[in-house]
Amino acid sequence: MLHIVNKSPFEKDSFTSCMHHAAADSTVILIEDGVYAALKGSAVEGDLSKAKVVALSSDVAARGIEGNIADGVDLVDYAGFVDLVTDGNGVQSWV
Amino acid sequence: MAGEIKQFLYVNRKAPYGTVYALESLEVVLIGAAFDQDVRLLFMDDGVFQIKKDQNTEASGLKNFSPTYNALGDYDVNKIYVSKESLDERGLTQDDLMPLVYEDEDDDWAEKSSIKIVSADEIRDLMEGSDVVLSF
Repeated sequence: MLHIVNKSPFEKDSFTSCMHHAAADSTVILIEDGVYAALKGSAVEGDLSKAKVVALSSDVAARGIEGNIADGVDLVDYAGFVDLVTDGNGVQSWV
Repeated sequence: MAGEIKQFLYVNRKAPYGTVYALESLEVVLIGAAFDQDVRLLFMDDGVFQIKKDQNTEASGLKNFSPTYNALGDYDVNKIYVSKESLDERGLTQDDLMPLVYEDEDDDWAEKSSIKIVSADEIRDLMEGSDVVLSF
């Protein structure tokens, strides 16, 4: 399953709850303010290893954090986002 | 300008693009700068992301307003405080922030940093010591 997180992990618990409940073989894509969950050395970095985490490259670039992304988090563009949505077994948004 | 000079504190706690708070705050600060008051800006919680360097909105279609923060020094807005706890929680340091500066007219126009990294105790004093607190 593909999980979508679009809120900052420091303001809402969407990311933390998502990582707590997502299956280990699922993919989590971070978009909009959700990309802040991918920061290297942050208080929520430990949750990143609980599933495959990717982040939307345009939202990462907008926020100036391309150089601050934790190891293991891949960046995907809009086309890659669409592929993840269409390839997977369903989508859940953690709004 | 006649009248009492008050200490204004703008508290910025929101990330720059998810909501309109950051942009609105910046516009109010720039407008308010025309009124000869003692202005301080505080960035804390997700607000520290507002002055993250390297913001590039080309691929996202968003409006990149971060260069405007560089103009604050020219408007005599040169007391910019950033929460150390908020930076730490986000894995950031002062090196991750835009180098906001001003020219000190009392020191032969030497270029100086406007940014001061502050503790929770110092933030408490800032809030207590302000006549007007505006929250965004």
